[in-house]
Amino acid sequence: MGIQHTAETLSESCKVRGVETTTLRPPRHRVSRTAIWYWTARAALGWLILIAAQVVWLVADGDQVTAHVAGLAVTAAAALAHLTVMPQWRYRVHRWETTPSAVYTQSGWFKQEWRIAPVSRIQTVDSERGPLEQLFGLANVTVTTASAAGPLRVSGLDRDTAQRLVEELTANAQATAGDAT
Amino acid sequence: MSPDTNAETNADVNADMNADMNADMNPAAGMGMATDAGAGANTEAGTRTGVNAGAGADTDALVTPWRRLSPRMLVIHPFQEVVRAAPALIGLVAAGSSKGGGGHLWSLAAVAVTVALGTLRWFTTTYRITPDHVQVKKGLLRRKVLTVPRDRVRTVDVTSHVLHRLLGLARVEVGTGRSDRKGGGELKLDALNTADAARLRVELLHRASRTAAASAASTPAQAHLSTLPAGSAAASAAVLGKAPGAPSTPGLPVFPGAAPEPDGSETELARLRPGWFRFGPFTLSGLITVGVIAGFVSRVTSEGNVDLGEIGPVRSGWDWFSALSLPLAIATVVLLLAVFVGVASTIGYVLAFWDFRLTRHTGGTLHVTRGLITTRATTIEERRLRGIEVSEPLLLRAVRGARLIAVATGLRVGQGAQRGGSMLLPPAPRAEAEAVAVRILDSAHRRAYASAHPDVRQDAVRETPDVRGTGEVSPVTAPLIAHSAAALRRRFTRALGVNALLAAVLLALWAWADLPSWTWVTALALLPVTAMVAADRYRSLGHALVSGYLVTRWGSLVRRRVALECDGIIGWNVERSFFQRRARLVTLTATTAAGRQGYRVQDIELDQALKLAVDGSPGLLDPFLSTGRDPDLLTA
Repeated sequence: MGIQHTAETLSESCKVRGVETTTLRPPRHRVSRTAIWYWTARAALGWLILIAAQVVWLVADGDQVTAHVAGLAVTAAAALAHLTVMPQWRYRVHRWETTPSAVYTQSGWFKQEWRIAPVSRIQTVDSERGPLEQLFGLANVTVTTASAAGPLRVSGLDRDTAQRLVEELTANAQATAGDAT
Repeated sequence: MSPDTNAETNADVNADMNADMNADMNPAAGMGMATDAGAGANTEAGTRTGVNAGAGADTDALVTPWRRLSPRMLVIHPFQEVVRAAPALIGLVAAGSSKGGGGHLWSLAAVAVTVALGTLRWFTTTYRITPDHVQVKKGLLRRKVLTVPRDRVRTVDVTSHVLHRLLGLARVEVGTGRSDRKGGGELKLDALNTADAARLRVELLHRASRTAAASAASTPAQAHLSTLPAGSAAASAAVLGKAPGAPSTPGLPVFPGAAPEPDGSETELARLRPGWFRFGPFTLSGLITVGVIAGFVSRVTSEGNVDLGEIGPVRSGWDWFSALSLPLAIATVVLLLAVFVGVASTIGYVLAFWDFRLTRHTGGTLHVTRGLITTRATTIEERRLRGIEVSEPLLLRAVRGARLIAVATGLRVGQGAQRGGSMLLPPAPRAEAEAVAVRILDSAHRRAYASAHPDVRQDAVRETPDVRGTGEVSPVTAPLIAHSAAALRRRFTRALGVNALLAAVLLALWAWADLPSWTWVTALALLPVTAMVAADRYRSLGHALVSGYLVTRWGSLVRRRVALECDGIIGWNVERSFFQRRARLVTLTATTAAGRQGYRVQDIELDQALKLAVDGSPGLLDPFLSTGRDPDLLTA
C-alpha cells in the first residue's frame, strides 16, 4: 500500500536524523508585502496609546520628571525594537497554500504554527476586513472546520487574492460531499 | 389544531450569514436553527415560511399539532423557585419577628415574582415532533422557535430530579452536533412524563441509526455478556419509572413513526458493583459539597442575622480548638476536612452512580442509566462515537482506579448542561475500565465495518472477530511510544523554572517589602514536589497509532489517555514555540469535532509528529512534505 510505503520511508529517515530528515515544507504563497505596514501600524497604535498615557501622567504629575522621561525612553526603545523586528519576522513566517484537497497555513513569529485541513472537512470560509485593513487594502480569510480547535486564518492578503481564495475554497468545498464532522 | 398553531412567528428568518453559508457549503453542518420571532403577530403561514426558510421542514409539519409539556410542571416550577430561595426563607424564620426589616419583604416579593414567571413558562412552551424535525417554541416576550432536524440528533439525555420522580416526570435534552457554536443547538423539554420521555428517546435515536447502520439486527453478543430481551420503550420506561407511582397514562401521545423496534435488545457492557464504592472517597467531589454547605451556612447566618458564636456547641468547639497548639490545630483541620470530604464524596458517588448500567442497543446506541435520587439516562449514538478517554485523577490513580469518558461528536466535554453526559463509566478499577473501553471500541469498530461493507453478512462479521484483519492489540491497552529525553528536560525546566522564579520573587519581597519569611521557605520546600510532578508528567507522555486509532496520553494531576479514531480526525496543527524549537520538539494537535475538539501530542519530535499525521490521515500531508537536511528549514 502506498501509505505504508510512505510511512516506512519516513521511519527510515528518522533513523538518519540530523543528516537528512523529513519535514514540512513551507506553504508556497507569501502574504501581501503591504501586510508589513499593516502589522506595523497595528502595533504602533498600541504603543502610541501607552506612550500617550505616560505623557499624560508626566504632565499631570510635575515631580520626578527624570523618572518619567526615563520611563518614556524605555517604552520608546521597546516600541522601536518591536516595530522593526516583529513585522519583518512575521512576514517571513506567514504563508499559505491551497490544493484541490487541502488548505495549509503557516503563521506566528515567536511561537509558530502550521495548520493543515482537508477541503472536504471545510465548513465555512469567511473573509473579513477591519478598518485598519481597509486602509491598507488588505483582507483576511478564516477557514473553519467542524472542530472548534482548528480554524485556519490567513491575514494580510490583498483584497483580490482574498476574494479569489474564498471563491476557490467555496467551489472546492461544495464539490466534495459528506458530513464534515 | 391546538390554539398555539397561530402563535406569532415572524416570517423573516434572521439567520445570520454565517449559518446560511454553513448550510450552503455543507448540507450536514447547519444543526438546529433558532428563528427569532418579534412581537408582531403573524398567521400560521408565517410560521411555516419561517420554518421552511430556516430548516426546510416539509409540509407534514403542518399536520402535527403542537404539544404542551406535562401540566404537572405547574406544581414543580413554584416548588423549585421556593427551594432556590430556601436560604432566604430560613433566614426569615430564624430572624423571627424580633427584627421586622423591610429587606425580608423584598426577598419574599422577589420569590413570588420568580414563582409567577416560572409558572408562565409552562404556558409559553410548546413542542412537536414531526417526521423530520423536533421543534420547540418558547419565550414570553421574545418568541423563539428552535428546530432540530431529526437526523442531526446525536444524543438524548433524560434526567429526573427528586420532584420529577415523585410526579413521574423526566426532562429530555436533545443534543446536536453544534459543538462549535454557543447555544442554539440544544433543545430542552422540561418535562414530559417518563413514559413519553422514554419513547421519545428511543424514537429519536433509533430512527436515525436504522437508516445508517442498515441491518445490524444481530449484533454479536459475547459469551460473557448477558443479553436482555426487551421491548426497548418498555425497558427504558422500567429503568426510569422507578419513581414511586409513575403512572402509565392511558392514551399516550403518538409520535409519528414511533413504533419501537421489534428486534430491539440490549447488551450489557458494564454494571456498577458494590465494591466500586470504595473509589468514592478518592473522587474529591465532596469538596464541592463542603463549598456548598459553607455558602449555605453563611447565607443563612447573614440573612437571619444569626451570630454563630452565640450557639453553645459551636462556641465550646471553638474554645477547645483555639486552645490547641498550632501544629495540632493544623492537623485537626486537615483531618476533619479529609474525613468530611471523604464521606461527602462517597455519598456523592452513591447518589450519582447508584444502579449504573452501560448497555448497547442493537439500534446502534450506547445507553447509560444511573442515579439514586436524581435518575439520569444518557443515550449516545454509536456512529458518533469517535473514541474513548481513560481518565485517572491523581488520587484515583493512586488506588488503581479510572473512569471512562466518551469522545463523541456533539458531546463537547465539560459544556454546561451536557456536563457529565459524556461519562461512560464512573470511577472503577482500572483493569475493569480498560476492559469496558476495549469492548466499546470493538463494537463500534465492528458496526462501522458493517455499515461500510453492507454486502458482508452480519454473522460473517461476527465470526471474524478481528475485522481489522491485522491481529493487533486494542488502542486502549496498546503500549505507547515514550517521548524523547528533550521532552523530559523540558518538563523539568518548565516546572522547576516556574517554582524557582516564584521563590526568587518571594525572597526579594521578603528582603525589601517585609514579607514573612515562611512564604519563600515554603516555595523552596515545594521544589522536590515540583520535580516529582515534572517526572510524572514526563512518564505520562506517550503516543501511538494503533489499528486506526491515534492514542495520546498526558497529564499528572489528571492523567488522560485518549484513543481517537483516525476517521474522526479533521486536520492537524503543528505548534512550536521558541523554546520548543531549541529543544527540537513540536506539539501536534489532531483536530476533531468530537470531545475536546483537539487532542494534543505534547513535545514530540518533528519527524515523529509528521509520521503520526501521515499515518493518521493518509494522503493529506503528502503534498507538503519535503526531505530537508535540517528541520529548521521549516521556517526558511
